[in-house]
This record gives sequence, C-alpha cells and structure tokens, in this order.
Amino acid sequence: MIAFNKYYNHFNLLSSVLIVVSLLLLIFKGLNFGIDFKGGTLIELRASDSKINVSSLRDRFNQMDLGDVSVKKFGNDTDFLVKFENKDNKKNIIEEIKANLDKSFGNNYDFRRVENVGPKVSAELLKSGVIAISLSLALMLIYIWIRFEWQFSLGAILALFHDVIVTLGVFSLFSLEINLSIIAAVLTIVGYSMNDTVVIFDRVRENLRKYSDIKIFELTNISINETLSRTIITSATTLLALLAIYFFGGEILKGFSLAMILGVVFGTYSSIYIANTVLVRLRVSQKTVLREDDQNKLN
Amino acid sequence: MLYFSKLRILFITLFSVLFILLASSNIFKFDDNFFDKKINLGLDLQGGSYLLLEIDNEPVIEQKLQNLTTTIRNYFKEKNIKINNIKIENQNIFFNVLDNDKQSVLDVFQDENSNLNPYYPRFKSHQLEIEDTGLNLKVNFSRQGLIKLKTSSQDQAIEIVRRRVDEVGTNEPNILKRGNNRILVELPGLDDPMRIKSLLGKTANLTFRFVTNDENDRFGVEKLKFENGLEEATVSKRIIISGENLLDAQPKMDTQANQTIVSFTLDRVGAKRFGKATSTGIGKQLAIVLDGKIISAPVVRDTIASGSGQISGGFTFQTATDLALLLRSGALPAPLEIIEERTVGPDLGQDSINAGMIALAIGFMLVIIFMFVKYKIFGLITNVTLIVNLFILLGVLTLFEATLTLPGIAGIILTVGMAVDANVLIFERIKEELKDETNNILAFDGGYTKSRTAILDANITTLLAAIILFFMGSGPVKGFAVTLGVGIFTTLFSVYFIARLFTSIYVSRNKNKEKLI
Repeated sequence: MIAFNKYYNHFNLLSSVLIVVSLLLLIFKGLNFGIDFKGGTLIELRASDSKINVSSLRDRFNQMDLGDVSVKKFGNDTDFLVKFENKDNKKNIIEEIKANLDKSFGNNYDFRRVENVGPKVSAELLKSGVIAISLSLALMLIYIWIRFEWQFSLGAILALFHDVIVTLGVFSLFSLEINLSIIAAVLTIVGYSMNDTVVIFDRVRENLRKYSDIKIFELTNISINETLSRTIITSATTLLALLAIYFFGGEILKGFSLAMILGVVFGTYSSIYIANTVLVRLRVSQKTVLREDDQNKLN
Repeated sequence: MLYFSKLRILFITLFSVLFILLASSNIFKFDDNFFDKKINLGLDLQGGSYLLLEIDNEPVIEQKLQNLTTTIRNYFKEKNIKINNIKIENQNIFFNVLDNDKQSVLDVFQDENSNLNPYYPRFKSHQLEIEDTGLNLKVNFSRQGLIKLKTSSQDQAIEIVRRRVDEVGTNEPNILKRGNNRILVELPGLDDPMRIKSLLGKTANLTFRFVTNDENDRFGVEKLKFENGLEEATVSKRIIISGENLLDAQPKMDTQANQTIVSFTLDRVGAKRFGKATSTGIGKQLAIVLDGKIISAPVVRDTIASGSGQISGGFTFQTATDLALLLRSGALPAPLEIIEERTVGPDLGQDSINAGMIALAIGFMLVIIFMFVKYKIFGLITNVTLIVNLFILLGVLTLFEATLTLPGIAGIILTVGMAVDANVLIFERIKEELKDETNNILAFDGGYTKSRTAILDANITTLLAAIILFFMGSGPVKGFAVTLGVGIFTTLFSVYFIARLFTSIYVSRNKNKEKLI
C-alpha cells in the first residue's frame, strides 16, 4: 500500500501555490484569446515557393495596413498561419489580400482556411463559452450533491476548480491560444475530473460504512489504494488516446489535445490530493454517511 | 449478473449486427433504403464555406415609421383630427394634437379592433405603443411589434438568399434561420466564397428615375454618385419602375456596340408605366439606380412600349451575369452583413480526415495493446468489445445521419480511451472479490454488481458535460459533443451486454480454474 496520506499537507500546499500563481497569471498576464473570442481574421496559407516564408509574408502583410499582424509557421515549412484584428471589419479584405499577394508571389500559394469573426459574434461566443463552463460546474455540483453528502460535494468541486484554473494557468503561462475547441476541452476535463473523483469517493463511502474504527485519514488512503490500479489504467488509456491525437491528429487539434492531456493529469492528481484531503479536513466519519442512510430509511 | 437467456443473446447479436451493417453502409452500397445512409462530413472535413449573415433592420424600421406618419395623418384626417408637427426621432414618431382630441387618439391606438394598430391576441400586445409625454404624443414599435417586423424581414431575406445561392448552383447548400435577425448559410464544397459573398452583400434595390435639374421637383430630389464614384447627378425621388416590376433579366452581348448588357422584361404594370414615362420623357436622362448608385443614365430616344429594355454600364460578362442574377432573384428587404465566415479548402479537409483517421488507428492500437498486456484474456474480451463499440457508435451516427467534424473524430478517439474505464472498474473489482471469494462465479457476479454505481456516476458526469457542449457549442464543437455523448451510451451497451456475455461464457467454462483474472 502506498502512503498517499503522508503527503496530504505537502501537496495541499503545492496546489494552493499553483492556484494562486495561476490566478495571478490569469489576472495580470491574461489569456491569449484566438479570433473566436477576440474577433478578427485568420488565414492558413500553403506555399509552393521557398521565397514565401515568415519574414516575406510579414513584410507583405505589414504593408497592407491591417493593424497588428501575426505570421507563424503552422506545422511544417510550407504552411503558415496569419492572424490580424481586422478592426474596421472591412468587407472584401480577403480579396484585397489575395490581389496584393498575387503581385509578389504569383499563384505559388493557396489559402487553405479562412476564418473571419466579427466583434459581435466573438463577444457572443465568449459569453456562451463562459456560460457553458459555469453551467457545467453548477450541474456537476448539483449532481454530486444529490449523490453524496455535502462534504464530498465540496471536495469534488474544489478539485474541479483546481483543474480548470491550473489548466488555464498553463495556457496563460505559455500564451497558448484559447479558442472554441479549448472550451470543449475544458468541459471534457470537468467531466473527466469529476468521473475520477466520484470513483474514489464511491469507495470512501463504501469503506466508511464497512469500518467504524478507521479514521478518515487512514480510510481515504485505503480507498485511494484500492482504486489505484483503475485510476492508473484509465488515465493511461485516455492519455494514450490523447497523445495519438496530439502527435498524429494534425495541427488544428494540437491545442485541444494538449488541454485535455493537462486536464487528465491534473484531474487524476486532484482526485487523490484535493478531493480526499477535503474529507480529511472536514473530519468526515462513519456518522456522516450513516446519518444519510437513516434519512433514506425514514423516507 | 452472469446469466444470459437465449432470447437476450439473440437480441444483443441482432442489435450489434444491425449497427455494424449501418456503419459499413458508409463504405459499401446497400440497395435497401434503410441502410442507404451516410455520416455527413462537417464543413471542416469536406471543405466548404460557413457564412453567418445578420440583417440590418434599421432601414426597414425607418421606412416603416416613414410610411406610418402618412398613414396616421390620413387616418385622423378622416376623423377630423388634425395632426401637427409630426416627426421621426430615434425610431419614435412624435406628433401633437389638440388637447380635446388627445383621448380619442389614445383610444384609437389602444383599441383592439383598430386597423391602425394591429393587436396580437396571442401575445396580448399591440404592434405600436403610444405614450403621452406631456409635450406631445410618442408612438413606437412595441417589443412584439419589433419581433414581428424582424421575423417578417427574416422570412423575406432567407427566401431571396436561397434564390441567389441556388442560382449560383452550389451543391446542397444549407440555409437556416438563426434567432430572428440572422441567416446561416453553409455551402459544402465551395472553397472560394468570394462570388457568393459579393452577391449576398448587395441589397439589389433597383429603380429607374429621371435625372432632373428642377430642385423643386414635387417628389423631392437627391444627389447620387455613379458606380465609378467620380461623377454625380441629381435624380428625382419619383420611381418610374422598380425591381419588383421585372419579370426576367439576362446578360447579353450587344454586337453593335460590342459590349455586354443586361436585357430585361417588365410585367404588365411596369411595361405600361415605362412606356408612358419614355413617351413623355424623350430627350431626358433616365437614371438606372442600384442600391443608391447610378449604374448608367442613358438619354431616352424613343418610346419603349414593348416592355423590354436593356441596361448598359461598362459590364464585363461576369458583372452582367451577376447583375442579371440579382435582378431575377429580387431585392433583399434590408442589407445583410456577413458577421462570421469560416472557409476550409477541400485539400485541408482531406488532410484533416487523414490525420484524424491515423490518430484514431494509432490511439486504438495503443489502447488495445495496453489492455491485452494488462489483462490477457480479459483484455482480449475488452478489445473485441471496444471494436464492436466503435462500429455501433459509427452505426448510430449513420442512423441519425449525424455530422462528423474534426473535433468529432477526436471525440471518438477519446471515447475509445475512456470506454475501457467501465471494464477496468469491473475487472479490478472482480480481482478484489476473488481475494476472499473462492467461487469464481460469485466473485464475478459481485464484481459486476458492486462496480455499478461508480460506473453510472462516472458516465453521467461525462454525459452532463457533453449535453452542455451540445447546446452551447457551435459547428465543429457540436460534433464533438455528439460523438462523446453517443459514445457513452454505446459504451455502456457494449460493456453490459457484449463484454458481459463474453465474460459469462468464459467464466462458466472455466469456473474451477484458479487465478482466473
């Protein structure tokens, strides 16, 4: 049996630091919102001429008076991603850019993807993203509240907040782009982290009913160990699937799979070191679950 | 938990075979109608254009209020009530009446049977609201009135948009309402939406009006620019004929002048008015105005009574074709603005499909190898289940002809990774049971029963997340929610029916074997 409980305090401290640092990053550095949430234009361009590179593209785009233009390689040497704000929301901007690029590069390039999101739509998308995440957290809270006692709900929700905040913190730290698919990833993380916590909690509750003489500090450790191989195997297979998406699923899914990988790692960690420590700190005992059982009997 | 009746085995087999057949109908062709279904590929996979258009209703509201001022004036004139100082400001109509007329005016507006202010009994609301500000009376659209107005202009606009898109002839366009002032246009397979964008960006409000120098024209005048943006002309506000009078418009080559023109045919009313105007207006310039700009202003040389004519204006064949198309499909009730555009080229779509499939294959292989190494014979059972699960998932998506997107493929891969969870929970529980239980069958039974709550909890939480994503997400993300959500059900089915069936067969044949798992 591994003594996970020996490190409860250490990891609680670490998680508190991680959360504080993530919050500071989110407040002061902020998130790198993509055009989905900030509005603007994105062009994915493939070149068939080595003359076309990041600097020559940047030169051309900077001459076009589009405001702040970012030009980056996208996956390989011939693909580029160009983004700009398109502040005036010019109508025929794509046609103008094409005409302009034709002059210097002929037709040795091809627009593979064009996205243009107006300011109204991006504000709405951001709003619905925030609502979606809040709503899913609220629903999880309600679900766990129905299924478990309040001490368990608190533990699970703290673990969820931890996972979401720290994952976003990593995205802020490395200025990784937040787009619609990241919201999808965060929601899946919420589901996954909850799933992981619930499995351990289920066991804790079962053991609480079984043993009246074991303290919660020990009992959580027993439960974690009993479910450990399941925790490891499920995280491993999920990570294997996600790594396959990250390395072979193409550039578009990179951010999505990275967020999910982070989420699975944090989710697994938090189920052990956050959710359970809340139970310990709230001194959950056999009485906590038996009281509930009595109530059910009365009903 | 390990007992299966013959009937149940039959049901499970039939169910699985049905969905596997459905899934394979994406590759093979079946003659049967039921199986002749396919998973739709999202625009991000097959390439195409997604355009979100917003209707700018301001001009419509302005126009309606403008018309209302006349209606109000005429309506009360008949009742011998004089309307004074009528004006429009910030989408409100203001006017004054004599103090002893005030109540009867208010009564007319609040009468549920009045023609002036229609009443919608379903919403318990009038079209217009009236308020006595003390200084004057203020009339504006009620909330319900505005909604009616918006939905009606949306209904008209979507019809025109459909006609224009159909005329260009793309395959299977998808044109839908969004809210009460937006229209979503999905154009699969179209990698350059430039032409459609420029066609949808035009209101195509066509009028024929005389150029005049008479500043005191009875109908009022306005200064309009020519299409080239350089010259200007003063044009009467009197409309001779408008786009509504057109029966047909076609691009033509005028061989004499060697230029492309648009020839048009007028309806009976239009022909009559055009004939009259051209007979009285010989020698005058007739301006052809499209969306507030003059295309050309030819001098009338002859009476045109035939009801057909032509527009010239330095067109190329392409611009003439587009103008003819716009005139044929009619004018939009209000300008449209493209507020969101996402276009994916077909080769990027194909690349995404390939990458997604490779990731799926590799992810699948990794999970299968892992499970086999870890659980041997039970790993094998899990793997067979996993494969059947994948087919059933694809079968369900096919049955509903769901749209598969790139994040949707990611959802399938993720389902593969997470689907083993339920089996793992069961197997690990069985292992624990076997520690104090020597009877294999009882241990397996216990493992299935005791792991059930954890499995249900775990899947419900993921399902909740998927449901929210489905309702809040758009386009590709919705595809992810669909595969993730459907995946949960197919996983539960395959774990509790297929995997359990195999397990029960294996366990009952080896019930006396030690260290079964």
